[in-house]
Amino acid sequence: MSEIPLTSSVSKGCFVFKSASKKRKRHVGVGGYLVDDSDENGSDRFRICQKLWETVQTNTEVIQDQLNKKVLDSLAEFIKKHGLGCSSDNWRQRAREIPTAALMLGVNVPDHAMTFRSLCNLLQDSVTPFVVSVHAKECAAVKLLIQKVLEQLMGRGVSVDEEQEDDTALLQRTQCTISALCQWYKTVTKKSTQVFPQRTESLTNSDFPQSLPVVVIFKDFEAFNSQVLQDFILICSRYTQELPFIFIFGIATSPSAIQHRLPHSVSSLLCIEVFHSLSCTQHLASVFDKLILNSQFPFKLSSRVIQVLVGIFLYHDFSVQNFVKGLQFSMLEHFKSQPLSMLCCQKQEALLSAKTLSKKNVERIRHLPSFMRYVETQEPQEQVRLLTNDEHVKEVCQKLLKNLHKYHKNYYPILQCLHSLTSSLPKFPLGKHIRELHVSCIEKNLWETEEYDSALQLLRILAKDELVAALRKCAEILKSTKILQNVLQQLEDFIGRLEALEGVSSEDSSGNGIISGKMEYQKTDLFQLQKTLLEKESRRTKRMNPFEVLRSQVIEFIDSLVREYLTPAELQPLNEVCYYSSSGVLRQRLNVTPRTSIQAALSHPFYYLQNESLKTDAGTISSAAPDLCIVYKLHLECGRLINLYDWLEAFLTVMSAAEDQDTNSEECGKYDSLKHARFIQAVSEMEFLGFIKSTKQKTDHVARLTWGGC
Amino acid sequence: MSHQKSFQYADLLSVLERVVDIMSAPDQYSYPSVFIYGHRATGKSHVVLSIMKDLELPHASVDCVECVSSGLLFHQVLSAFFGPDAAALLPRCPSLSDFVRLYKQMSSNSPATQTRYIILDRAERMRDMDFSLLPALLRLQELVNDNVTVILLSEIVWEKFRPNTGCFEPLLFHFPDYSKGKSLVQILSWDHHPSYTPELYASYINILLGVFFSVCRDLRELRHLAVLNFSKFCEPLEKGEAKESDIHKLWKNIEPHLQRAMQTVYLREVSSVQWEQQQMDEKEATTLRVLSAHAHIELPYYSKFLLIAAYLASFNPARTDRRFFLKSHGKIRKTNFLKKHEKTSNHLLGPKPFPLDRLMAIFYSVVDSRVAPTASVFSQISSLVTLQLLSQVGHDDQLDSPKYKCSVSLDFILAISRCVCVCVRLLDLLALSLVIQSQVVRQERSLFTAVSNLHLL
Repeated sequence: MSEIPLTSSVSKGCFVFKSASKKRKRHVGVGGYLVDDSDENGSDRFRICQKLWETVQTNTEVIQDQLNKKVLDSLAEFIKKHGLGCSSDNWRQRAREIPTAALMLGVNVPDHAMTFRSLCNLLQDSVTPFVVSVHAKECAAVKLLIQKVLEQLMGRGVSVDEEQEDDTALLQRTQCTISALCQWYKTVTKKSTQVFPQRTESLTNSDFPQSLPVVVIFKDFEAFNSQVLQDFILICSRYTQELPFIFIFGIATSPSAIQHRLPHSVSSLLCIEVFHSLSCTQHLASVFDKLILNSQFPFKLSSRVIQVLVGIFLYHDFSVQNFVKGLQFSMLEHFKSQPLSMLCCQKQEALLSAKTLSKKNVERIRHLPSFMRYVETQEPQEQVRLLTNDEHVKEVCQKLLKNLHKYHKNYYPILQCLHSLTSSLPKFPLGKHIRELHVSCIEKNLWETEEYDSALQLLRILAKDELVAALRKCAEILKSTKILQNVLQQLEDFIGRLEALEGVSSEDSSGNGIISGKMEYQKTDLFQLQKTLLEKESRRTKRMNPFEVLRSQVIEFIDSLVREYLTPAELQPLNEVCYYSSSGVLRQRLNVTPRTSIQAALSHPFYYLQNESLKTDAGTISSAAPDLCIVYKLHLECGRLINLYDWLEAFLTVMSAAEDQDTNSEECGKYDSLKHARFIQAVSEMEFLGFIKSTKQKTDHVARLTWGGC
Repeated sequence: MSHQKSFQYADLLSVLERVVDIMSAPDQYSYPSVFIYGHRATGKSHVVLSIMKDLELPHASVDCVECVSSGLLFHQVLSAFFGPDAAALLPRCPSLSDFVRLYKQMSSNSPATQTRYIILDRAERMRDMDFSLLPALLRLQELVNDNVTVILLSEIVWEKFRPNTGCFEPLLFHFPDYSKGKSLVQILSWDHHPSYTPELYASYINILLGVFFSVCRDLRELRHLAVLNFSKFCEPLEKGEAKESDIHKLWKNIEPHLQRAMQTVYLREVSSVQWEQQQMDEKEATTLRVLSAHAHIELPYYSKFLLIAAYLASFNPARTDRRFFLKSHGKIRKTNFLKKHEKTSNHLLGPKPFPLDRLMAIFYSVVDSRVAPTASVFSQISSLVTLQLLSQVGHDDQLDSPKYKCSVSLDFILAISRCVCVCVRLLDLLALSLVIQSQVVRQERSLFTAVSNLHLL
């Protein structure tokens, strides 16, 4: 600040000045954060990252819409049906019932917002313009709930708080009651039928005077005060004749929540129908399919990162929204920390930028572990060229990138095939979900695992019709991708041969008998079956029937496919370009542990302060550490109640330990008011951090709030 | 006035006569306040409002549920008597004296030629409003010097209204319940179906009452049920399988159906629309999933464990934690392990509050893997609170040591632990801690069934 701002006030006090001159001069665009002095293509990376993020966003929205379409459509249907009014059987009691849809959304509350948004849009577009959605925290009282409903419907402020000092014209002030809403509704519907007679006609397609329903959406039913809800329902039920209300309860737990909240006298006013939205695990599976198991999407996650993200989802929140946010975060981290991520884009673009790699980046490529492994496998001459000739590296790089893209293109269809083959096996040796299979594939050589062996064993005893059906499914998957035509050819060949076997095996009665016998076994006990069959197989290897021969051929073929295409991604040269692998960072950022970090800071101040003098052995208390750390360490040695005097003594001892060298011992132990003040400050900081609190049980004592001491 | 159930239709008439008596001399000053009480759907508001309508008396009818503030009540009364313009004169936040002043002013312009009536439905809500409102309304006649009578309608007896300071005693009327024998059948038979004889409908009503009378005396509810199930009753008649005189056959047909209705549609487990739908395509035997059938809740893995830990903390005494959750607990003498008062089931006593620390300690010992105390674990606790699976108790020390209660049932917890328990240890734990309680739970259940059987008899 260049000049001292003047105040016109004469009184003494504190003034806050927000200096106008100090506008952010160094305004960096978001992309600027990626631009380092040492590298020149930060903006490129930012652009790629942003483009990818946009595709992620649109994709997730599309998925959400697709998944919710069914339940939203049925909801709209429900509202339309009730909006028409069952005028044929309109006796009194029925008319008092408010049609209510209980929408089961699951416990992943963060995801609900999107569903409600699309529900609102859908209803407003296709059914009725009168849609209100209310949130529990804005509606602590009936008054406020009614006000919210009125505000959203009538589109202007409604006075509810009579104390409020605003002088709006008296005419504008509407009474905050449902009867006022009734009046408004009458005038609006009259107007709309006069102005747009054709519109209402198109909506109803009948001669009935259509009344557009008023839909009230309770977004989080559980959080509502039950008294508020009861009152609101009672009030609304008085007006059902004039105002066709329809409620939608967004319920996170189970429909019985309605019965827990509302007494019979109130719930008898509702006509409840239950709608189920798709479970969040299915939602995750489709997001996973679209974003991660997709060769079109160049950014990839390593197995550990996937495990972290899926773990957060399954263990903590069930929220797909958070999963996508995690994906976004790892994308940002990847593009920020890995300069070579500029090659992480669509094939043509990547090849183009590979051609124009800078010298620095070529050097970076040479240092990539996967590239070094690649170099080692080459001829010595080639090795020398790779290490010295930049142009050659660029060419090789293009080749490797092409290979990487090809690897991805082949990987996903084969993965899907393997999943469709193994997902129907008992006990799911390779995982129930495709993501588990994917994780184990990119982590290590799948064919070396026990699970894979047992899966193949189970495949080897499949009955013919099952095998054919499974192979058909695989063929379908391969057909839809339009690559790996030769594999498809072979598969179809196998299917054909299996089917041609029909006549042969029917003649061979013994073989047929075995197969049908197997079918029976499978229903009873699989474990036993597996054992006995294995024994049998070992005994009768010589006289296998043609089906069994063919079956083992098929299994071998599948095995060869797995070995060829499902190699771990880490072995691919240049995989670091596409794969984000620092799961530790991700875990630290997304699954934060505030208590651990506070404790780390207090017990090892060096960890955050990076001051050499703070380096200590475990167990000792250094006097150089900040007061708070000393006090914290001392308090760890105490029980549930801490004597403040003893604590102070210990503190002073530690403090004076440092001074012992240069001062004589007489002075130590004497109360220095400065040290005393420092102690008191540290203790109050401890209280602020929530480690201790004052107690009335004993004078001069404080209580510990963390356990693990005594 | 008889409070017994053996009430005759004539009794209602006598009440009616007395009510009408009061209102029959509209030009004279009437009694300042009348209090009418009786159970739901005994016809209180219906009687009063139809008298008002038939005798064309000036009246203002207000439902107290709607009056979130007393200002709304004043507004409605004034606009009913003197038009909306008068009501608009009320100040922003009208007090009782504002109302009285304005009323006086208005009534001096247009003095009452007839008694004006203010009818306050669900008057029990008035007790939650301003404490001076009720006494003032009871003697409003005096205050405004006008021929006005306040009629309070309520389901609760007057004794529960009387303020501590005392007040003007209103005239009390009781609307007794309808008796099963005559009045209910009579009233319900009024809306018989035009295509069938009234006798048939009356016998149908008799059957219906035979099933429902023990659980429900609400006339509105009974009418609703009667209409819902009548088509089913008539089914054999339409098919020609029975004649109208075959009451026994009809009874056999409808009785199980009504029993089912009592368990489902009466409790609103199934909505009335769905019930009708089901009746129509009975042949397909679509079994409707009732509301409480979807009790299963999908929870994240750690939330399940948190809930289990909360349940254990809520229903086990804290003293026993060391024994249940520590691997090397000290020796505890069996004889004195549980104190006498602890031997009564905790399920009878309900969940007890527990501090957060105890919840976390049990949580860590129940989860088999090591869990970092991440922010999301703690946020799951608060989301469980918003889902009302846990409830927070106490207000004094919310930040430092919040206390919670577990508010889910044993069956719910068992269902959750069944789908979580890969480890046998947890099942053991649950069994251990529940074995003490199960004995009493069983007793409890048998007691419940016995009581409900008695009730049905």
